Amino acid sequence: MNIFYLLIGVSLFAALIFLGVFIWAVRDGQFDDNETPAIRILFDDDSPSGEEEKKEESKKQTS
Amino acid sequence: MENQKFYYDNKTVKLFILATIIWGVVGILVGILAALQLAFPAFNFGLEYTTFGRIRPLHTNAIIFAFVGNAIFAGVYYSMQKLLKTRMFSDRLSKINFWGWQLIIVLAAVTFVLGISTAKEYAELEWPIDILIAVVWVIFGWNMIGTILKRRVQHIYAAIWWYIATFIGVAILHVVNSFELPISLTKSYSIYAGAQDAVVQWWYGHNAVAFFLTTPFLGLMYYYLPKAANRPIYSYKLSIIHFWSLIFLYMWAGPHHLLYQALPEWAQALGVTFSIMLIAPSWGGMINGLLTLRGAWDKVRDSAALKFFVVAVTAYGMSTFEGPMMSLKSVNQITHFTDWTIAHVHIGGMGWNGGLVFGMLYWLIPKLFKTKLFSEKLANIHFWMSTLAILIYAIPLYWSAVTQWLMWREYTPEGYLAYPNFLETLTQILPMYTVRILAGVLFLGGFLVMSFNLFKTMATGKVEDNEAAEAPALVPAGPRNPVQETVHRWMERKGVRFSVWVFIALVIGGAVEIIPMIFIKSNVPTIDSVKPYTPLELEGRDIYISEGCYVCHSQMVRPFRWETDRYGEYSKIGEFVYDHPYQWGSRRTGPDLGRAGVVGGPMYKNAAWHYNHFLDPQKMNEQSIMPNYAWFAEKDVDLEMTPKKIRAMQTLGVPYEEGYDQKAIDDYMIQAKIIVDDLKASGIEIEPTKQMVAMIAYMHKLGKDISVPVEQETATSGEITKESVELLSSQADLDAAKQIFQTTCVVCHGSDGKGIATFPSLVDDEWINGNQPEQVYTSIANGNVAKGMIAYKNQYNEEQITQLASYILLVLNNENSK
Repeated sequence: MNIFYLLIGVSLFAALIFLGVFIWAVRDGQFDDNETPAIRILFDDDSPSGEEEKKEESKKQTS
Repeated sequence: MENQKFYYDNKTVKLFILATIIWGVVGILVGILAALQLAFPAFNFGLEYTTFGRIRPLHTNAIIFAFVGNAIFAGVYYSMQKLLKTRMFSDRLSKINFWGWQLIIVLAAVTFVLGISTAKEYAELEWPIDILIAVVWVIFGWNMIGTILKRRVQHIYAAIWWYIATFIGVAILHVVNSFELPISLTKSYSIYAGAQDAVVQWWYGHNAVAFFLTTPFLGLMYYYLPKAANRPIYSYKLSIIHFWSLIFLYMWAGPHHLLYQALPEWAQALGVTFSIMLIAPSWGGMINGLLTLRGAWDKVRDSAALKFFVVAVTAYGMSTFEGPMMSLKSVNQITHFTDWTIAHVHIGGMGWNGGLVFGMLYWLIPKLFKTKLFSEKLANIHFWMSTLAILIYAIPLYWSAVTQWLMWREYTPEGYLAYPNFLETLTQILPMYTVRILAGVLFLGGFLVMSFNLFKTMATGKVEDNEAAEAPALVPAGPRNPVQETVHRWMERKGVRFSVWVFIALVIGGAVEIIPMIFIKSNVPTIDSVKPYTPLELEGRDIYISEGCYVCHSQMVRPFRWETDRYGEYSKIGEFVYDHPYQWGSRRTGPDLGRAGVVGGPMYKNAAWHYNHFLDPQKMNEQSIMPNYAWFAEKDVDLEMTPKKIRAMQTLGVPYEEGYDQKAIDDYMIQAKIIVDDLKASGIEIEPTKQMVAMIAYMHKLGKDISVPVEQETATSGEITKESVELLSSQADLDAAKQIFQTTCVVCHGSDGKGIATFPSLVDDEWINGNQPEQVYTSIANGNVAKGMIAYKNQYNEEQITQLASYILLVLNNENSK
């Protein structure tokens, strides 16, 4: 049943990839902040600012 | 900080959503057809294209790869862009990903119906499509990693970690499990054999559940659930911890699919251990999902999307509790080979995957089309239809699983199997199969309500194919340490992507070189009597594979008394060394066939019986739910392929003599001729090249090699007529007769001789009284093949048949008349 050498090898290989990615992630500071990312995704503030600027301009003009 | 203008790609997302809905309907419809076939065999339509053996893989693949697969892509393509504040890396790659995936699905549908299959569950697709899958999958990964590299947000959100794991996991699994030796465009042999093939297959099968049905969906949960609830995920820390622990643990649990089977004990123990541990990371996901809704349950009342998410996460929790429980050996003997498995996957499939997709679509489509959901009420109707359907589906199947298992292992006070005829245990659970159809129809109804609702929603809104957006460019965070900065710089450079892909290509290329070299020569026969398949048996086996017989018939006798009594000697690792691919099966809708070739064993049937049975199973027994395979008698085996197949087997290390491929056809004909003559003796005319002959040869090969050699019996033509029979009334004779009766006759006539189901009673006045001993003797000797009764003159000698006749007349009838 030397198939187990292959499968354990492949599984370990996958685990090593994951481990490498994990170490990279920690070093990259991906897990430095564990509070704001969860909240940040709730804000869709990436729509073009043109509209809001216009609104603000009109406010300025009226004031 | 100047904002950069860019555009989100919504068109790809929209296409994937449409594909999800369309393939979802198809997948569920095919599922309903499969359910109908199990309850009413007439729905096999008597066509070779629509037998259950071909429809079932079509259903599983349509759901997993077409419905769930497209839903994953839709969800990933939308959420990644939003989370990383960038357009997908390449429009062209997105396009190839979409159309390539749909092409794979269409090819899969066509090939399955045509009987082109590798017979490895959830990996049934043949080698050209396997390659296509690998290519499209790498395209998807390339697109994803490219997108991550050009992101405008420093932080990679939890959902994306799950997507990355999905890509890496599936790529590795698919490549390792798909090692096949092609012999033509539509036929290949797995390079692994027997038990090794089984281990690879379930390492793949289990991890397909992990990396195709679990990780991408947890990723989708981490984005869409908070968005729909408009609340942050309960614990971002937990999401990180359970992500890493889950992907590190999942890979090791595969052997729990092969408990009590021909597999080393240590491997089984390893699989069980990891399966138990898996509760923790899995429940981490469930807890995180459900607790996100803390204080937001009032929203759940008003939102169908959230309702679906709640059911999805709950179903996920249930199946991930059930899974570890099922991997305990004592529990596994109940759940394996019974309907428990099917109920379990449908809690996962309909509840977790289905629920999450539905919730995602209800939230995503209005957002994408900048409109409101057409009808919240219809969505709620869909919710209740879908949820009830899951319950109506699963509960009867749990019931039927336990029922059937109890019947399989029930013994009479005398120590004989209480239900020796397998069919009895199946007939008992057919009502549950009927209920299952209703559940499927209800689920489909809900799905159609959703489709209508969503199409109406799409009609009222308009999707911007390229949605304008702005975000500040990513400024790499200040260096935390020099090491980190170099890594980051290195990652930023274009050359990296290229080198990453070169690396992956090298790994795959290296594997292609190394794996066959190591494993082809490794199947050292451990049982001397096990011989390679003859050309005729090999062709028969390939028909067995192509027809998907493994879907209903196992070839794996577990070491329980109630299995060895019913089928024969338990299975051993060494029996399967020439099996490319293995055919152990995972659900017994019909009896195990692993001992169908053991002459004198409880499963043995002669050639004429098999012929009639393939032609029309319902004629042999009207309660059978097996499709008929009448075309076996019509269609020829493609003999041009046979030498090629022998050569392929030699390549895979099967020890045929040098140059045997030249002699294969001659041997084929010699062996076929024996079967043809055998059938002729029973009054059946057939050409030696027909598929039927090969199938019968394969049936008679199963288990033959490890059983005590018995003279290869062939029917002697002509009827036996006995002038007079002296009944043997000594206790020794009657005991010997009882032994034979209890292993052979009870399967149809019951241990009291009163007959089971539609088989005749041996003790009622109509049949037996007035019959003379010699008449009983000739009935046993000549049989009645058209009705399923074998001519036992080939299996037992005169003395034994006389003993049997005596037992029937002296013991059974006396017992009865008392």
